[in-house]
Amino acid sequence: MSLASAFFYLFASVVVASAFMVISARNPVHSVLYLILAFFNAAGLFLLMGAEFLAMILVVVYVGAVAVLFLFVVMMLDVDFAELREGFLQYLPVGALVGIVVLIELVMVVGSWAISSEAPRLAVQKMPEGITNTEALGRVLYTDYLLFFQAAGLVLLVAMIGAIVLTLRHKEGVKRQNIADQIARTKATGMEIRKVKSGQGI
Amino acid sequence: MSAWFASAWDAWLWPLLLMVIQSAVVMVLLLVFIAFYLLADRKIWAAVQLRRGPNVVGPFGLFQSFADLLKFVFKEPIIPSGANKGVFLLAPFVTAVLALAAWAVIPFQEGWVVADINVGILYIFAISSLGVYGIIMAGWSSNSKYPFLGALRSAAQMVSYEVSLGFVIICVLLVVGSLNLSDIVKAQDTPYGLLGWYWLPLFPMFVIFFISALAETNRPPFDLPEAESELVAGFAVEYSSTPFLMFFLGEYVAIMTMCSLTTILFLGGWLPPLPFAPFTWVPGVVWFILKVSAVFFMFAMVKAFVPRYRYDQLMRLGWKVFLPISLVGVVIVAAVLQFTGWGA
Repeated sequence: MSLASAFFYLFASVVVASAFMVISARNPVHSVLYLILAFFNAAGLFLLMGAEFLAMILVVVYVGAVAVLFLFVVMMLDVDFAELREGFLQYLPVGALVGIVVLIELVMVVGSWAISSEAPRLAVQKMPEGITNTEALGRVLYTDYLLFFQAAGLVLLVAMIGAIVLTLRHKEGVKRQNIADQIARTKATGMEIRKVKSGQGI
Repeated sequence: MSAWFASAWDAWLWPLLLMVIQSAVVMVLLLVFIAFYLLADRKIWAAVQLRRGPNVVGPFGLFQSFADLLKFVFKEPIIPSGANKGVFLLAPFVTAVLALAAWAVIPFQEGWVVADINVGILYIFAISSLGVYGIIMAGWSSNSKYPFLGALRSAAQMVSYEVSLGFVIICVLLVVGSLNLSDIVKAQDTPYGLLGWYWLPLFPMFVIFFISALAETNRPPFDLPEAESELVAGFAVEYSSTPFLMFFLGEYVAIMTMCSLTTILFLGGWLPPLPFAPFTWVPGVVWFILKVSAVFFMFAMVKAFVPRYRYDQLMRLGWKVFLPISLVGVVIVAAVLQFTGWGA
């Protein structure tokens, strides 16, 4: 057994175990933490396959940013576990029925699934020789798929603007700091010297 | 048996052993250096405030950090009864381990690197973006108000400043044309010496990187997650003894990582400042340590004389100042490289 396969079994088993813990953990924060562990080990699997750029992007984007926001939201939730379990028996038959139907459908679909032996040969882009996979990805994304790449970026931009428009509120009567005004203040505009006669005040 | 052992030795046992030895050497040296950088930090801070700083343990207080280490280790770790015990104890380890993991790809001199991977800079970026988890886990699991507020602040702060940090790194990568840290240093090896390092051509990016690095490592003036005048000690309120030591250590290792990253990206890594005789005789690792120390001195001075930011000012600086500037920086650098044909 080589070092790479030892690491493969390590990462793969941790992914599976932590994915199981995501759905079985009682505490939602623990679920998110297990999800992060699963992401992290999935990045390890990418690394073993030689897709180092994908692995690092997975960690930077999903673990470093998306999951932080997940955790942020879940931490703030005040979940009452007793209330959640209250109607468990009442809803069990319906839930079980739906689950069984979905399971049967899944088994039927996956059972009749056959991967053609020619599939690997039909891959659209092959990994070019002699360059790193960061460069290879860049060459494909910015040449053949430039339009799709830009369209995806545009969709994200629209989503971002939408999120900002939905949540942005300008409250009336809130004092805001205007940095430019503050810096532009001089001695002449910032203060006024008055002569006050004693006993009179301003 | 011996045949199996010989093949296993060649296949993976020896590479594994070599990796472990190299990592251990880097880690031990790093921790010893940090003990003295910690002292230097306190001494510089004291000097700015016209105090003496730690001066009792050993000559000039040189052994102060080791005394502190012993003190922390021998104290009693206290776990609050309402705390989520597993996560509470895991948090300091996450912080310390992630901070140390980044050092696997830092090149100290040509070829002196534990893992010379293609995506070294992305790896460091990924690992440093994970550092926030230790703080969030600590804040949530303490089941206490001040740590929780500290954790929330930290999460927002680190996610915000990572964005501009990422754009600054992209600028450097565009110029170099590689994500490998050794390649980034080699690309700065020009006949102009220190004028050819990237701090000069990318000066605005250098400034943004330095300030964002302060924010990313929770250093003053951006130490809001542990602002002692508002949150007692922020996320670390409920920690004592060795778990607190792990946080402290993780924080300083992260600071050293950022100092060495600044050195590699902008100050020419192990390269001598002037590329001729007396300077080239000095081994590269000495230049590397000198440069990291210089950047650390800047970190310490900023801590000493800049007042803490207010939270909304921190967010404004990150999103409304650094993000647009670094974004425009990426466009300008890319355009200049494209139209002049400089760089890779």
